[in-house]
Amino acid sequence: MSEKLTGAQIVLKALKDQGVGHIFGYPGGAVLPIYDEIFQQEDVEHILVRHEQGATHAAEGYARSTGKCGVVLVTSGPGATNAVTGLTDALMDSIPMVCITGQVATHLIGNDAFQEADTVGITRPCTKHNYLVKSVDDLARIIHEAFHVATSGRPGPVVIDIPKDIQFALGKYVKPETVRHKTYQPQIKGDMEAIKQAVDLIAGAKKPLFYTGGGVINSGPKASQLLREFVKLTGFPITSTLMGLGSYPSADAQWLGMLGMHGTYEANLAMHDCDVMINIGARFDDRITGLLEKFAPNSKKIHIDIDPSSINKNVMVDVGIVGDVAHVLEDMLRVYKSRSSEPDKAAMKKWWAEIEGWRARKCLAYTPDKKSIKPQYAVERLYELTKGKDTYITTEVGQHQMWAAQYYRFEDPNRWMTSGGLGTMGYGIPAAVGVQVAHPKSLVIDIAGEASVQMTMQELSTAVQYRLPIKIFILNNEYMGMVRQWQELLHGGRYSSSYSEALPDFVKLAEAYGATGIRAESPDELDDAIKKMIATDGPVIFDCIVTKDENCFPMIPSGAAHNEMLLADDQGLDVEVSDAGKAMV
Amino acid sequence: MSEEQPINTHTIAVLVDNEAGVLARVIGLFSGRGYNIDSLTVAEVNEDEHMSRITIVTTATPQVINQIKAQLQRLVPVHRVVDLTVETDSVERELALVKVAGKGNDRVEALRMSEAFRARVIDATPESFVFEITGNTAKIDAFIGLMVPLGLQEVSRTGVAAIARGPERM
Ligand SMILES: Cc1ncc(C[n+]2csc(CCOP(=O)(O)OP(=O)(O)O)c2C)c(N)n1
Ligand SMILES: [Mg+2]
Repeated sequence: MSEKLTGAQIVLKALKDQGVGHIFGYPGGAVLPIYDEIFQQEDVEHILVRHEQGATHAAEGYARSTGKCGVVLVTSGPGATNAVTGLTDALMDSIPMVCITGQVATHLIGNDAFQEADTVGITRPCTKHNYLVKSVDDLARIIHEAFHVATSGRPGPVVIDIPKDIQFALGKYVKPETVRHKTYQPQIKGDMEAIKQAVDLIAGAKKPLFYTGGGVINSGPKASQLLREFVKLTGFPITSTLMGLGSYPSADAQWLGMLGMHGTYEANLAMHDCDVMINIGARFDDRITGLLEKFAPNSKKIHIDIDPSSINKNVMVDVGIVGDVAHVLEDMLRVYKSRSSEPDKAAMKKWWAEIEGWRARKCLAYTPDKKSIKPQYAVERLYELTKGKDTYITTEVGQHQMWAAQYYRFEDPNRWMTSGGLGTMGYGIPAAVGVQVAHPKSLVIDIAGEASVQMTMQELSTAVQYRLPIKIFILNNEYMGMVRQWQELLHGGRYSSSYSEALPDFVKLAEAYGATGIRAESPDELDDAIKKMIATDGPVIFDCIVTKDENCFPMIPSGAAHNEMLLADDQGLDVEVSDAGKAMV
Repeated sequence: MSEEQPINTHTIAVLVDNEAGVLARVIGLFSGRGYNIDSLTVAEVNEDEHMSRITIVTTATPQVINQIKAQLQRLVPVHRVVDLTVETDSVERELALVKVAGKGNDRVEALRMSEAFRARVIDATPESFVFEITGNTAKIDAFIGLMVPLGLQEVSRTGVAAIARGPERM
């Protein structure tokens, strides 16, 4: 007979049995019994953050860089509400996360008790699933179920709300193996008929394009491997969303760069003109499609996605395949290889010639400057000086994020952590903390903006406490640059509240936290300063003073089509944007 | 795109685990994603397995109807989603309680109509009736329409319950 454990003991035992090595959290009255158990064991290490939002992003960084589930522990009321941004972020970007929240004692629920919040009510729309634990005998099962739901199918965040009395109550523990969910069973294998249809389309394509997304990375390293094999075998060009960077090596000649609003000219025009689009684990987000009516108008579309609701949501496709990317690609490759016919060589030659023409436009070229550091140059130098090292990149949100996506180059999956779907400023520092916890010896860099970092700067204190040598590389343009750029484009240059007034001295700020501050103000000192940053054995804030009014190009203005994109050498930003376009975000 | 697609009414049956919050999940899905709910009913239908059946009547384009089904299917406590309008030949019924107050000729006329519609009188006072009427939505709408000039006071409707014809279970 198994002995009885307290709810808090069950939590720790379940986490251990789920193979959890680290949790990110912040204590409070409603989770004290769990913290007491954490204190008395050594299997699960707790990382104390400085704000619960930080815990959620750290868990995301941890998850994205390892493929494992991120785990968060916060108290009731404000602890839970502070976690909402990170939960939503994880939902939008399909990141596996289990977030345990404390709740007031069962008999107090509904009485507006101190630090009571309707956590399951608040988090219902921003989680994949959530639970309020009503009996200690359900607790172990719920925790195991939560990990299963969070990590399988289309991954996402799951909240477990545990009232304090249940943390004290005695109950039975059950092992993970004994838990099988009644209803939740995502489809992993793709339908063979659909796969054959897709292969027929692929084999007959004259202007094909692979369009890949975060689903490839979520599916695991094997998916990236199979993707590479398939792309090589077909000789087709490939582009990816922001979320999918790294699943295909950017050094390869078939790689066209990222597509979408700030994607490359060649990727977007190839998307517009392709005749067969092979969407693998991407979701036709509006950042990618631009104006739907003009989106890849002459293409047959294949869509592989583990989430059936992603198929035909924004864009109607010709062949939808529900399944896990790696499983589907494996079948697809087999079917493709079993056919004797090769892709139409003459057509492919023509298609590549067209693409080379677009490439020759050199859409990422920018005017260098002797005096001031161009932000693009800063990212290029950062890339060159960290190339070949064991590097992970996180970002904040804004122009710097897009420059990072454009000018830093990724060869492998799980190396790039950015808030894609929600676009959460303040993501980068805590995400870097989470990545560094998972990879203590690696070089972890947050490519940041001076406005964004001030949203979660306090996590530098976490980094100092746990000796996590993260590097916060701020492209300091003294503007909420992306907001300024849109105001320039759409609002007559009226820079309403987008200037970063009263900035702290970031070097002194770093020092105040017990970290190292480095500043670079001119191009000629940049390389040495970056080298110094890399060599510093501890957390660093790098204050990179860049050109203030640089805009991020290429750009597809809202409401425009892929073939109407703006390039850096176009005459300024004075384009006509339709009213419908202006209404878009 | 969707503007050119016709808009149709569908009745969707959803089998769910009867656990706390499951209805809120379904309703939240509809409101959060901007889908219409014309009618929604819910009750436990299988006590042993703690399952409830939710019947939703909704109006949308085919693309959105497919989205609704896929989104419902995605909810963790959902067992099955069946579009009764497309996947089956089904019967639908609704029950309404209709209160009519009046005297003289109107009162006689109301009673006469109720007989024609096979409504039952389940409460009566010298100046009022409460009718119970069962039928499909159109029939109930018609009956209520006829009661308006005869002194209609209030209506309480259950919303649509629906089931597929034939021996198979959902
Ligand atoms: C939490 C949050 N609030 C507001 C926004 C809207 N927003 C998007 S980019 C941006 C400016 C970011 O400025 P900075 O971090 O300096 O980056 P830059 O664009 O200058 O590189 C703002 C305010 C957001 N994405 N997230
Ligand atoms: Mg800035």
